[in-house]
Formats: sequence, structure tokens, C-alpha cells
Amino acid sequence: MSKKAFPWHIVVFLAPAVIIYTLFMIYPLLDSLRLSLYTVPEQGGAEVFIGLGNYQRLFTDPFWQPQITRALANTFEFFVFHMLVQNPLALLLATLLASRFVAGRAIYRTLIFTPSVLSVVLIGFIWQLILSPVFGRALFAQIGIRLPPLLGQVETALPVVSLISVWQWVGVPMMLFLAALISIPDELIEAARVDGATALDVFWRVKLPLIMPTVGIVAVLTFVGNFNAFDLVYTTQGALGAPDYSTDLLGTLFYRTFFGFQLQLPNQTMGTAVAGVMFLIILAGVLIYLFTIQRRLVANTVEM
Amino acid sequence: MKKSTLLILCLALTLLVGVASAQDTVTLTIESWRNDDLTIWEDTILPVFEAQYPNIDVVFSPTAPAEYNAALNSKLEGGTAGDLITCRPFDASLALYQSGYLASLNDLSGMENFSDVARSAWITDDGADVFCVPMASVIHGFIYNMDIFAELGLEEPATVSEFYAVLEAIKADGNYTPLVMGTADQWESATMGFQNIGPNYWMGETGRLGLIDGSAKYNEGGFLAAFEALGEWAPYLGDGYQAQTYPDSQNIFALGLGAIYPSGSWDISVFNSTAEFEFGAFKPPVPDGQDECYISDHTDIAIGMNAATPNAEAAQTFLSWVASAEFATLYSNALPGFFSLSSEPVVVEDPVAAEFVGWRNECASTIRSSYQILSRGEPNNETQLWEVSASILNGTVTAQEGADTVQAGLEAWFEPQQ
Repeated sequence: MSKKAFPWHIVVFLAPAVIIYTLFMIYPLLDSLRLSLYTVPEQGGAEVFIGLGNYQRLFTDPFWQPQITRALANTFEFFVFHMLVQNPLALLLATLLASRFVAGRAIYRTLIFTPSVLSVVLIGFIWQLILSPVFGRALFAQIGIRLPPLLGQVETALPVVSLISVWQWVGVPMMLFLAALISIPDELIEAARVDGATALDVFWRVKLPLIMPTVGIVAVLTFVGNFNAFDLVYTTQGALGAPDYSTDLLGTLFYRTFFGFQLQLPNQTMGTAVAGVMFLIILAGVLIYLFTIQRRLVANTVEM
Repeated sequence: MKKSTLLILCLALTLLVGVASAQDTVTLTIESWRNDDLTIWEDTILPVFEAQYPNIDVVFSPTAPAEYNAALNSKLEGGTAGDLITCRPFDASLALYQSGYLASLNDLSGMENFSDVARSAWITDDGADVFCVPMASVIHGFIYNMDIFAELGLEEPATVSEFYAVLEAIKADGNYTPLVMGTADQWESATMGFQNIGPNYWMGETGRLGLIDGSAKYNEGGFLAAFEALGEWAPYLGDGYQAQTYPDSQNIFALGLGAIYPSGSWDISVFNSTAEFEFGAFKPPVPDGQDECYISDHTDIAIGMNAATPNAEAAQTFLSWVASAEFATLYSNALPGFFSLSSEPVVVEDPVAAEFVGWRNECASTIRSSYQILSRGEPNNETQLWEVSASILNGTVTAQEGADTVQAGLEAWFEPQQ
């Protein structure tokens, strides 16, 4: 039995990605988690190890606890909007675009996907102008609508910011759904039709079950993206999540804590604790997906 | 081979020339966040100094404002910072002094030209050491559109009741937004609103120092009155002001759509270049029956000396010059709206800027209530003033509720208030 040579080429090919990923993702992540276990004493000086003290403060201190719970609730609401509006909408659009009876599919596909390749800052700025009481009001007044200050009211700010984000990103899940729908073999659909299934039956009984793995992936990507969200709120509402913190997400809370804000001095150890909470939430979500939903999906696929 | 020899020769010559000239001339580098002012320093201010002191060469070397504090800290730690350091007000610079990066300037000649209020942003808490030469402050007030005032036959209001009479008249006319301010960015509500009109209610320094020693509270007396006065602005703000940002407000006023703009003096140069009508300014109206008036003359920028500089003598020469009347005049006129803090009389040529700075002779100066000491803790006093001022204007909390929130925030960590 001849011994196989060590596959050096694999090491060589993997090295750039592994090195860059370790250096710029894994190491900073671990170091940030390490820093969240320290604190800087009030008199100044070196960092002191305090274990989970920062996390305990975050969830029990009368100053921090309302902030983190509010940010958690807002981020969750932001996520729910994406799950309930963005993903069903993306599925609907993808189904329409996969149909052979819609003319100009390539144009629609491109138009709907375009916002997601633009910069978030640009999107935020454009929507701020559209909804602005100065420019937007004049625009909407032309068609007889009196525009309320949507981004400035506590009740409407977060839903509107969420919908702007949905508008920007709906193209990505749509593309994923579209790719999955197109890859369904025609025979399956034709067989269903021969058996007397209506278009709706075909969608619910044939297409949807077959693209379930994609639905799962889209849900996880939405979850990770939303619990990391920061830039859109920062652009349209500022780092304080105005008005009255109604759009304050975990991302903006982290930003203010870690980098400081106006006269608020930066608190890096507390900031990394907020980042640690974000990481743990995302990790938990991804693990639940991997160990329950995806495992079941894989099992089903194998049975088929 | 020949080429490299030539190169080395050239390098050696350059070095020699460098060394030779360094013996006669000292080069000072200024660290600053005012990158907008680069040309003003290079073309207007520094040539005057260099003409008087030909052996001192000064280089203005700014960093982007958002990166300044972080960049400066790492330069100071690494020993590569410039000889002169532009100082942020209060805690950011105090921290640098306490870490030994800024030199004490108690004995600097020229320092006597600055009042206690002017120095307050760059002294230790006990008032014993001053570590930066105050350069400029910004003053709050109201800028108004003179054409609209003429059209409607209005005059600059001096008292609160006159102020509301003017606002009512503009509102009744219906063609213009009476007060151009939005709450979307929150800071304008606190800065151009609360801190603008407030000093007249809390008696300037009396009230501000009262907060620091615990004898005054945000939820009673003058401070509560200021929150209540701010709340009365809401009916006069433009439609949809809750989503109106700072640039929106600037545009509305510059386009002639609004009559009165609660402002900071830094807006003067903005409107000089954007507004096509004549505009004037009036100071914060005093409550009826009150004789004394108070203005927010907020200390904003100063300059100090890197404690590790090898050119301490030249740096002190420069700082003494910055403390002189000559610099005060140069700076105030090159940057209308940034006013020298020197007690020496300064002639400001821009008419609106001159109006602003003239209030110093009529009213007592104070600074923003939250800047000294009170914004060290959690929750941050300044940030709370932003959100509360905006919420009061938005009508989501009453003035009393807002004031209680701010007071509770201060009591949570600030001992004299407990």
C-alpha cells in the first residue's frame, strides 16, 4: 500500500482565506470577548478582570438594563418586520418572476435587486429626502397627500426604518428563492398538473416544500443581518436612535457605548459586553437553526 | 553604481541643509481638528506671526474632526504629536492634562487677558491649573430674515412677550414658518433651544454653578422655567418639524421660507454664502420685567502645549501671541461666528457677527450648563438634555416630566445633587 503524499496544495489554497479570516475576524472577535470580561477602574489605570461583571451590570443596573432591553426589543421588532414583510414579499416576487407568463422578467429582476447593491448611506439619505418635511412634503403635496413626519414620530419611526431596509434588501432573498424555484425539475410540476393540481396547489404542495432549505437559509441570513444592523439607523436617525430611542438597535447602543458620543466618553469594556450580547444572540440563533431545522431538512432530503 | 552614489550624495546634502536650517529656525506643528480652517491658518493667521518671529516656522496640521481625539491620543502616547495641541473643551483636554501630555500654562504671559468664564473649559476642577489658551467661543441667539420682518412690519423682540407677539404675527400671516428648527437631530432642540434661551431663566453662571454645587436643580426654578419656555415653541415650528433635520432647517431659512432661526453664531458664515436676503440677529429675549440679560457664550476651542515638546520656548512665544489682541482680531474676522475669548476689545467687521459679539457688553456670559463636570457620569447629562428637549417639543413628555428625567439622571451619580 503506497502512502499518499501529504496534500500540500490544499493547505496552500486554503491558507490565504484561513490567515485573513483568522487575523481580521476570529482574533478580533475573541479579543473583543476577552475585553468584555475586564473593566477600567474609576481612578484610571490598567484594565482589571471582573469575569461576567459587565454582563451582569448590563442586565441588572438601573442605568443599563432599560437600554439593553429597549435595544433588544427594537432589534427584535426590526427582525420581525423583515421576516413578515421582506421574506414573504421576496417569495411572492420570485414566484412571479419564475413564471413564464410574466413579460420583462429580467428588467423587474434587475430593478428589484438594484437597491441592495447600493450603499446603505445612500439609501438612508435618499429616503430621508423622500420623507423629509421639506422636500418630500412638496413632492407628496403635488399628488394631494399630506405627509406626516414619519421618521420623527415615536410610533412610526421604527416601522418606517424597517420598511426602508426591507425595500433595500428584498432583492437578495428574492434572488435566492428564484434560483431555488428555477432549479425545480419541470417533470415534478408537470406531473402535479397531470394529477389535476391547480397553480396554487402546485405552489403550496410542490414548490414550497422543495425550496424549504432556501427558506431556512434566508431566515438565518435575515436573523444575522438584523441583529447586526446599525448603518441604516445611524444614517437616518443618528447614533441616539431618535426620536426618544424608538429606533435604538443593539448596533447603535454598541456604537455609543464603545466609541462614546458627543460628551459621553467611550467605555470600551462595556461596549464589548454589548457586542458580546449581540454575538451570543446570533450564535444561539444560528445554532438552533443548524441543529434543529437544517438537520431535519437534510434528513428529509436523504429520505427522498 | 554612479547613480546610487549620486543619490546618496543628494540625500546627504539634503540632510546637511536640513540640519543647518534647523539651527536657525524652529518648526512648530499644530495639531487640530479644524480642517475647514486650513487655508485661513496658512494664508491669513500664520504669515502674520512668522513675519514677527522669522526664526519660528509654524505648520498647521489638522486631522478629520471625528478622528481627532483618537488620533491625538495615540500620537501623544507614541511621542509623535505636534508641539501645539488644539484643545477640545472640558473633559477631553482635562484627561490629557491629568495624564501629563499637556503642559501647565499658569505662568504664560498673556494669560491675564482671559476671564474666569473664558478659562473655565481648560482648568482643573479646583481651578488651580490652566492648561490651554482659550481661542474662541460660539454665541447663541436668533437670526432673522430682515425682508420678512420689513414686509410684516415687525421689530426685533427684546422681551419674551414681544417674542411671542412677533411669532403670532408671522403665524397669522401664514406665508412663512415662524421658527425654523427641527427636532429630528435632537441636538438643536437642546443647543439652539434650551441652552440658547435658558441662561435668561437660570441667571447664567449663578444657575450653572448652582447645578455643580447642588444648590440648583433641573426640575425647579430657572431650569424648569427654561424647559417650559422651550415647550411653548412647538406651535410655531414648521409642519412636520419632528422629522426636520439640521440641514433641512438651514435650507428652509436660506430659501427665505422661514422668518426666525434659533441659532449658533457658527451659522453666520453658512448664511453669508447661502442666503440671498439681508439677515440680522437678536439676542435671547428676557422674561418680562427682568433687567439683566444672560447669553450662552460657549467656550469651544483653545490651544495648549505638548508637555514633551523639545521647542517649549518657541511654543510659549506662539501661545503668548495667541493670547494677544492682535491674534484675537485676526481670528475673529477670518472666522466670523467664532469669537475670541480675550478680554481685549476686538473689532469684528461682519455686521451680524459684530451684533452677536456686541451682546457681551450688554449681558453676562455663561456656558452650556451640561459641559463642565456634569457630563462625566452615566447617564450622560448632555445626551439626556438632547432627548428631553426634543421630546418636550414633540409633545411626547411635558416640561415637568422632562425636567424630572434630567434631574433624576444627574442624581443617579452626581454626589452634590444626591
